[in-house]
Amino acid sequence: MSAPAPALRLAGIEAFYGTAQALFGVDLDVPAGSVTVLLGRNGAGKSTTLKAAMGLVNVQAGRVFIGSRDVTGVPSYKVARAGLGYVPETRRVFAGLSVEENLVVGERAADAGVAVWTRERIFDLFPPLAGMRARLAGQLSGGEQQMLTIARTLMGNPRIVLLDEPSEGLAPVIVQQIAATIQTLAAEGLTVLLSEQNVRFAMHVASRAAVIERGRILVEGPIADIAADDSVREAYLTP
Amino acid sequence: MSFIVVQAITGLASAASLFLIAVGLSIVFGVTRVVNFAHGSLYMLGAYLAFSFVAAFGESFLGYLAAILLAAIVVGGVGAVMETSLLRRIYRAPELFQLLATFGVVLVVQDLTRLIWGADDLFAPRMPGLDGAIQFLGHAVPQYDLFLIAVAFVVLGALWLLFRHTRFGVLVRAATEDREMVAALGIDQRWLFTGAFILGAALAGLGGALQIPRQAASLSMDLNIIVDAFVVVVVGGMGSIMGAFVAAVLISELLAFGVVIFPEITLVLIFMVMAVTLVLKPSGLFGRPEFTMAEDRRNPDPPLRAGDGLSRIFWWFLLVAGVAAPLVIGDFAVVVLTEIAILALFAASLHFLLWGGGLITFGHAAYFGLGAYGSGLAVFHLSLGMAPALLLAPLAGAAGALLFGWFCVRLSGIYMAMLTLAFAQMAWSAAFQWVGFTGGDNGILGVWPSAWASDPVVFYYLAFVVCAAVIWGLRHTVFSPFGYTLRATRDSALRAAAIGVDVTRHRWLAFTLAGAAAGVAGGFFAFAKGSVFPDVLFVSTSVDGLVMVLLGGLQSLAGPILGAIVFTEIETELTRLTDLWQLFLGLLIIVLVVVLPHGLVGLSALVRRRSS
Repeated sequence: MSAPAPALRLAGIEAFYGTAQALFGVDLDVPAGSVTVLLGRNGAGKSTTLKAAMGLVNVQAGRVFIGSRDVTGVPSYKVARAGLGYVPETRRVFAGLSVEENLVVGERAADAGVAVWTRERIFDLFPPLAGMRARLAGQLSGGEQQMLTIARTLMGNPRIVLLDEPSEGLAPVIVQQIAATIQTLAAEGLTVLLSEQNVRFAMHVASRAAVIERGRILVEGPIADIAADDSVREAYLTP
Repeated sequence: MSFIVVQAITGLASAASLFLIAVGLSIVFGVTRVVNFAHGSLYMLGAYLAFSFVAAFGESFLGYLAAILLAAIVVGGVGAVMETSLLRRIYRAPELFQLLATFGVVLVVQDLTRLIWGADDLFAPRMPGLDGAIQFLGHAVPQYDLFLIAVAFVVLGALWLLFRHTRFGVLVRAATEDREMVAALGIDQRWLFTGAFILGAALAGLGGALQIPRQAASLSMDLNIIVDAFVVVVVGGMGSIMGAFVAAVLISELLAFGVVIFPEITLVLIFMVMAVTLVLKPSGLFGRPEFTMAEDRRNPDPPLRAGDGLSRIFWWFLLVAGVAAPLVIGDFAVVVLTEIAILALFAASLHFLLWGGGLITFGHAAYFGLGAYGSGLAVFHLSLGMAPALLLAPLAGAAGALLFGWFCVRLSGIYMAMLTLAFAQMAWSAAFQWVGFTGGDNGILGVWPSAWASDPVVFYYLAFVVCAAVIWGLRHTVFSPFGYTLRATRDSALRAAAIGVDVTRHRWLAFTLAGAAAGVAGGFFAFAKGSVFPDVLFVSTSVDGLVMVLLGGLQSLAGPILGAIVFTEIETELTRLTDLWQLFLGLLIIVLVVVLPHGLVGLSALVRRRSS
């Protein structure tokens, strides 16, 4: 019996910023329905890996598969339509648009067999947003903006969600809310790949982990094993 | 008091059409980040099309209105063709290339319009039903002016509805903020770009069509309006609709009252508003600051070596050919050769700024022209001889560059391009309007070389020696410590500043040096032609220089020289054969930008690489 194809597979990705190489052959499988965390230090290549999956950086070698579909070199709007949702690191809400308008931008009809998100369900998931539909996104707090970016991506009804350092720069109570949100998404059947530096947060939400250092994946496996491995922790995860 | 109100209404009517064109330019820029020089051409096209439609079915008020709307729709269609066939190919190109390519469209459209409608101004009938005037406080106010003002408010309202209450509008606003994020959310930007461009083009067409009852359709409307529209967009803030509206009113009222108070310097006044805005609040009244931040160049050129064997042979060959040529060629050819030497210096000084400093200038004609006027005016007003007049040329160029440069080097990218253009147009309008001093349109005549240099061959040698020496000086500067520092500021202003380089001062000095060198060229140009006309300061002179640099290739010091030679030869030959020089030049520019961005030098390198 062969294992089912992973929801997202990166194979031998080499990515560049201008002439500077950032990824040196990243291999990563994200099993369907899992919450996988990409751990690593600043500059290790976490964000670039997510951007490479999304088609937002210059990928010179390697392949990206969503399910069995090869999306290497495909424009990012098509990658998004293939079911990949992207929540960027710096949140990047459309500051001059209202909360509701931000959701309108993300809105897209669902494929068959995917959890369908409506604005009402979004506001159930993020009650604080419901009360500020008409407010400009630029006027929201950091935590509210983080909710809005996740909400905006969910409006596209993705099958896989990429979250780039969702806990960064947020107050502990907000971080807990984000963790709860990720667990809700997993319960809905979504596949999640997030990048993190915060190992405690990662252990709380993820079932699998991969450690990236200098543009290469070092280890990959159940998060408990990786977090328990002192040598990995010492060498690659302490800031 | 009543006079002031009436004058204000006149200003508002002008503001209405200025708003229509500027808001389209602003929307297109916001989404695509391309400053579309050809936006004025779309406006002109709207006017000509409306003229023809009015002639066909414009006898009644409704027929006239239909003619105007149809013209706007057709221009929107032209915009669709332009976006999908040209702009789409240059969205990732450097700003300079985008500006040049769209200027190429300006030239093409101008010649095509002349072919279709002729060179004469076309006067349309007034709009039936709105051809009278109403009495207001004892003054007559044209009904059509009030109609225009009403149209502007209707368009403003319609745009507000579009951008607030339709998905298309929300997406356009989102794309104006963060295009990459919009794509990551699954939106195909191509149709968004095309849609925004069609909207902008139709608005420009509408603005032009609405103009015909007030002013004749003419071939100069495109460049006249586009420069004003640039000013409005910069003052109001790139990408902002409200900004375009407020700035259009501000500029038009300034013009309406300026004409009464300072008739001689109204045009200068406008550009001063722009310059002051850019220095105090670079993003404009309603603009978003991030547009003004320049990105560091992500793919710097390979380091330049002080000349391998091949380029050394090229320079020696040029020198020998330049010295020997008059011995074997005829009189006319010597005149052409003189012009080549002068324009090679002009192009080299521009190349020094563009390539050496990474400073995007679209107004280098200013310093060339100041040199020419410096010499010309010295001969005309002070009766100076050729030698002292020529010595004044670099001083005039440098003084202008010192003054204008102070403002320009504080900006970067597209903003710098527009401010340099604005200053050049300011110099042009001063030369044009200040008839008492500069002779205005009639120019300065009788700027002939002294007796000892009156033989074309002698004058050629003089021009050749001086121009070659200045070009050598510029080349030397590129390899001096100053040149290295300058190129460091070009590759990364941030990093250069971090190691203690005063970026602004280096750029300012480079700007001034290039201005002085262009001034030398301008001085010789005046004596070579025997006259100076405002044309030397006009944007087309700047573009000629840019084409030479681009034609030769931006990445090589030999490029501008080669470009000047080829450009002058083609121009001399073609203008003898056909009157469609502009059409050809426009197509040449578009081909250069889209197909051959590295110019002739790049082509030869490509061929060398292929063959080896």
